Amino acid sequence: MRPAGLTQRLDIAARHLLPVLFTLFLLLVSLLPLKLPGLAGIMPPLALMGVFYWGVYRPDLLNGLSAFVIGIAQDLLFGLPIGVSALVMLLVHGFAQTRRRSFLSHGFLVVWVGFALAAAGASLLTWILVSVLAGTATNPNPAFTQFVLTVLTYPLFARLMGLAHQTLLKEE
Amino acid sequence: MKPSGSTARLAIVRQLAQRFAFATMAVAAFALMLVGKADTVLVERLRATAVDTVTPILEMLSRPAATMAEVVDNVRQLGHIRTENTLLRDENQKLLRWQEAARRLESENAQLKELLNFVPGPDAGFVAARVVADSGGAFAHSVLINAGLRDGVRKGQAVVSGEGLIGRVHQVGQHSSRVLLLTDLNSHLPVMLETSRTRAIMTGDNGERPKLNYLSDTLRLLPGDRVVTSGHGGVLPPGLPVGLMLQGPDGVVRVEPFVNRHKLEYVRIVDYGLGGAITPPEEGVSAGAKR
Repeated sequence: MRPAGLTQRLDIAARHLLPVLFTLFLLLVSLLPLKLPGLAGIMPPLALMGVFYWGVYRPDLLNGLSAFVIGIAQDLLFGLPIGVSALVMLLVHGFAQTRRRSFLSHGFLVVWVGFALAAAGASLLTWILVSVLAGTATNPNPAFTQFVLTVLTYPLFARLMGLAHQTLLKEE
Repeated sequence: MKPSGSTARLAIVRQLAQRFAFATMAVAAFALMLVGKADTVLVERLRATAVDTVTPILEMLSRPAATMAEVVDNVRQLGHIRTENTLLRDENQKLLRWQEAARRLESENAQLKELLNFVPGPDAGFVAARVVADSGGAFAHSVLINAGLRDGVRKGQAVVSGEGLIGRVHQVGQHSSRVLLLTDLNSHLPVMLETSRTRAIMTGDNGERPKLNYLSDTLRLLPGDRVVTSGHGGVLPPGLPVGLMLQGPDGVVRVEPFVNRHKLEYVRIVDYGLGGAITPPEEGVSAGAKR
């Protein structure tokens, strides 16, 4: 194979940024005021979906460090205690990456169940950390509703990421 | 050396390195939590910078989102126009009567103040801003607005909408700020029940209805009583409408806020000249970075 030219390498490098950029985009989208009644307090953490999806399908392009940095960005922008999302994202990414072989050998349903487990762990850990750091218990009801909504909307965002994945990274 | 042996060794080394990196980052996350808990200037400044950086992007993104929400809302409203019109006519009649009453009371109030040589509180200044982001999770209740130090916003100022108090300015950047909503876990406000004058501290728990703690008098509670800011502590001015008191089935006294979080679009930051209670004035520009 002949060595790739400069433009070609730039093109590939740009395509390889897709997972991180897409996840950061999801983070910004989850911040948008959607003005739908009832949704404000239970908006799903969309960046978590990105970290999980790319952790399963392309952990080489969104690695643990990226997940950690995306988590810090989420802490800073959401106003959460700094380090909470960083730890959660890191653990979710680790979970997705270590189980990816069994996820990939099965269908989407298994991946979805895997995501539900990851999201449950993420909600519980965030709830514990936020409560401990604030010194008082957070109301668990919105956290639970948010978890349910997160699991239910995952297929939609996984489909979006799947489309981007196929369009921009299909040649590999 | 056999090639298969060296690749196997390489794989082991790589796996060890990966585990080491993972452990390092996990420890770093805990270290960050401790640093954040100590509430250093650095973390606050980092937050303000991050919010300042993304606010222009969010402003751009939030416009189509707002337009879409508007379209949906318009379609939904079309069906109710007739009934709403009758309701509004009735309400208008009622409001006109109230206006008359208010005018009468205003002049009476002015006369009585004159008799008493009453010293009025400071006049309020306003900064208007648009809500560009809602950190909508279940674990932090705050909104980002597109006004900051440059526009005269300072930490601790009250933020209100047409309905009532929304929250307080929690962190200020150059051209953006974070408003901590009443319902956030970290929100504690001195309030008062309007008719019984019972004082309390209203504390959020990340649910929709904040709790009332430390009630000064639990005997004269009337569910449905209006809750207003008490002005104690000198951070917020007295009398800003907050919500309605209600007593849950579990006996916990809570507040149903007047403000609809999903309807927040434009807000006003109120400067009563009381900000000194939180940030000493000599700190000037760095005020946003310090508690």
